[in-house]
Amino acid sequence: MASPSVPLPESWVHPCPPEQGGGLWVAPGNFHIDPVRAVERAVITHGHADHARPGHARVLATPDTLAIMESRYGEGSGASKQALPYGRPLTIGDVRVTLVPAGHVLGSAQIVLEHAGSRVVVSGDYKRRPDPTCAPFEPVPCDVFVTEATFGLPVFRHPPDTGEVAKLLHSLSLFPERAHLVGVYALGKCQRLIRLIRDAGHHAPIYIHGALQPLCELYERLGVPLGELRPALAASKEEMRGHIVLAPPSAGADRWSRRLPDPVVGYASGWMLVRQRARQRGVELPLVISDHADWDELVQTLEDVAAPEVWVTHGREEALVHHATGRGIRARALALVGFEDEDT
Amino acid sequence: MNRFAALIDALVFMPSRNGKIRLLGEYFSEVPDPERGLALAAMTGSLDFREAKPAAIRDLVMTRVDPELFGWSYDFVGDLAETAALIWPARPGTNRPPPGLSEVAETLAVAKRAEVPRILAEWLDALDASGRFALLKLITGGLRVGVSARLAKTALAEWGASKGTAVDVGEIEELWHGLEPPYAGLFAWLEGRGPRPEVSGTQGFRPLMLANPLEEPDIAALDPAAYRAEWKWDGIRVQVAGSTKGPGRLYSRTGDDVGGAFPDIVDRLTFDAVLDGELLVVKDGDIRPFNDLQQRLNRKQPTARMLMDFPGHVRLYDILMDGEEDLRPLPFDERRRRLEAWFERVRPQRMDLSPMVPFASWDELEAIRAGTRENAIEGLMLKRADSPYTAGRPKGPWFKWKRGPLTVDCVMMYAQRGHGKRSSYYSDYTFGCWAGDPADGGQLVPVGKAYSGFTDEELGRLDRWVRNNTTNRFGPVREVSAGLVLEIAFDSVHRSTRHKSGLAMRFPRVHRIRWDKPPAEADRVETLAAMVVE
Repeated sequence: MASPSVPLPESWVHPCPPEQGGGLWVAPGNFHIDPVRAVERAVITHGHADHARPGHARVLATPDTLAIMESRYGEGSGASKQALPYGRPLTIGDVRVTLVPAGHVLGSAQIVLEHAGSRVVVSGDYKRRPDPTCAPFEPVPCDVFVTEATFGLPVFRHPPDTGEVAKLLHSLSLFPERAHLVGVYALGKCQRLIRLIRDAGHHAPIYIHGALQPLCELYERLGVPLGELRPALAASKEEMRGHIVLAPPSAGADRWSRRLPDPVVGYASGWMLVRQRARQRGVELPLVISDHADWDELVQTLEDVAAPEVWVTHGREEALVHHATGRGIRARALALVGFEDEDT
Repeated sequence: MNRFAALIDALVFMPSRNGKIRLLGEYFSEVPDPERGLALAAMTGSLDFREAKPAAIRDLVMTRVDPELFGWSYDFVGDLAETAALIWPARPGTNRPPPGLSEVAETLAVAKRAEVPRILAEWLDALDASGRFALLKLITGGLRVGVSARLAKTALAEWGASKGTAVDVGEIEELWHGLEPPYAGLFAWLEGRGPRPEVSGTQGFRPLMLANPLEEPDIAALDPAAYRAEWKWDGIRVQVAGSTKGPGRLYSRTGDDVGGAFPDIVDRLTFDAVLDGELLVVKDGDIRPFNDLQQRLNRKQPTARMLMDFPGHVRLYDILMDGEEDLRPLPFDERRRRLEAWFERVRPQRMDLSPMVPFASWDELEAIRAGTRENAIEGLMLKRADSPYTAGRPKGPWFKWKRGPLTVDCVMMYAQRGHGKRSSYYSDYTFGCWAGDPADGGQLVPVGKAYSGFTDEELGRLDRWVRNNTTNRFGPVREVSAGLVLEIAFDSVHRSTRHKSGLAMRFPRVHRIRWDKPPAEADRVETLAAMVVE
């Protein structure tokens, strides 16, 4: 397809076996994107633990992502750190690297790679709908778009988040004698949900699990006001009646939740769209709030970036590959790239 | 419909009984007639559309969705209505308002079958995903939201009380069968805007009095002179409501009208009385096996052949109403006298009296119980001579004393395909008992596995049930919704550290398939644990 003078992108960006660091290996820049093991040089899309791991010698990321990594890992966040703001190109080896907002969590970035006449965009995780806690996703036209597909089935259409928050506030008024314990991921979901609750006009104190505290404080320092937060550990049972309590998802089934007055157990996640998932977890109040693109957003994004080739990193790859192929896009599940060469 | 759908969603996830009652009360307050009444009817099973088969829903979705994508989605979600509701791509530019329950009910009542897909597509376009789910469940007859008729009536009673109408749930249960959806008169009464609805005749359902199982150690504490004994027949407990002014009714113990399947009984209820008895198949004076009764129960409308082969019969235990006279406050002995007098006077067809079993001591009664070999006898009932007929399951006045083998009512949890001839059938069942009150968030705990005790016909029906009620798949195993009670017979039960329940049964087999029994009434783990011989 490409002219002989332009090397195929898969010749210079490819998945790396975990024992050699994992993630994506960008050969002409000599760096990994989101490696799973400690490596010499890492470019990180965002601060979630499966993408940003400790112990790399050199780390490049947005200033907010670096702040998140420092908050999580302290000394282990990287021996040498380089902050690269959105939209400022930087040349590493033979590759021009630009970070562009991904709309996933605070600091999350797509990594735009330009080398030898081709442009590859590694989206990391992303979503398209507005999120008051982070910059919105910007589509970048490219030759290869590397996408996630966490919610890559057409059953996943996330409803507007305002409706989900209204559901929570409605339950709070219907069961004013019960605490409302909502399971949230510590980074991103927690702060976004708090922000949405505040934007819906609810300004009562919100009680938070200790594990959520450092990142909430960091978000506030980075300019995301969250209103009055109180540590749940220090609160009495009586005090939390009729209030919202946020904790990591596992805390609902944990002894920790015994301190709460007859809690209504909620969970804020895109998976809550499927009733059986919610029931399996014993969730009474499923809130469909996702930081990942739903099906319509994935499909829209493929159109927006207009890439003739799409690689799918993780999730329900087969459906998105099927859809893209039907649209005349060359698409493949990334796990197969690289293995193909061994067979031929 | 979207408001109804939101209620359904909230109910599905709400484990607590009180929480459900509150959600229902809030809905009754917010939603006007006739919508709320239709919602009530839909939840209690009094509104039966069954206008679309699952295959028709699938075909409709396929007109808009890539079949491959649908297949992967269905595999992931595991429920057809839910998959269809989520995947349905609404046509942009749809600006019709979402349909209400009344529009759905009225339209489907007159629609021709061929028109249904087009009408349905329009509604699906106008609804959100929750609304689509509720609509599809409604019209395929699968609206299971964990609201029993009893719970709905309790919610009505509590809601009425909050509106200033002091009413007992029993009062609503009595009125219930004289009322029709959308229950505008009932709501008006509960809201204090109208009189108590008048229900004519004795056709209203009277909530049944139920017995507690007798634990062997309990018996020593009971005074034999204070109790009467009678046989517990192996049929289906029913309430017979006759009338000289209109058709008679036959109610299951949960208040469902089962008369349609038993015209041979219902057509003969030409008297004004309400009676309590056991529904049996009796041919040439002999009680036929429970399986024969099952044949009748399975049919909504029996064939002439079935009426001849499996004639219905009611064996009477008690009398609740004689004409307009309410006998329920009278002591058991007095009611028994009235029952015998009534029977002598009326001589009803297809009925007889369940005989009393005289005894002087518990030892004597135990010997009688152990000595009976008749299959139609499940055990003995003990009733206090002075007990009034009280709705529900009061502790103390009535006991059921079943005889061996040991049996326990379990709920099917998982089904696995069999081997050989049965390899295409889900024939191996894992069943559980309740840990905690199912009405209050209690969960099923697996207690055993059985793969025998049913006929080939029953296996076919079980297999269909499993396929229609699958909630999850793990390779060859399907998880099913807690919807089917299996009466399990077993030789003994022992402590075991290898099982989650801490119990292991010896030779468990399916004794009966209780299509009729509400899963919430299956036994608790404690009941099984109490059968362990230490």
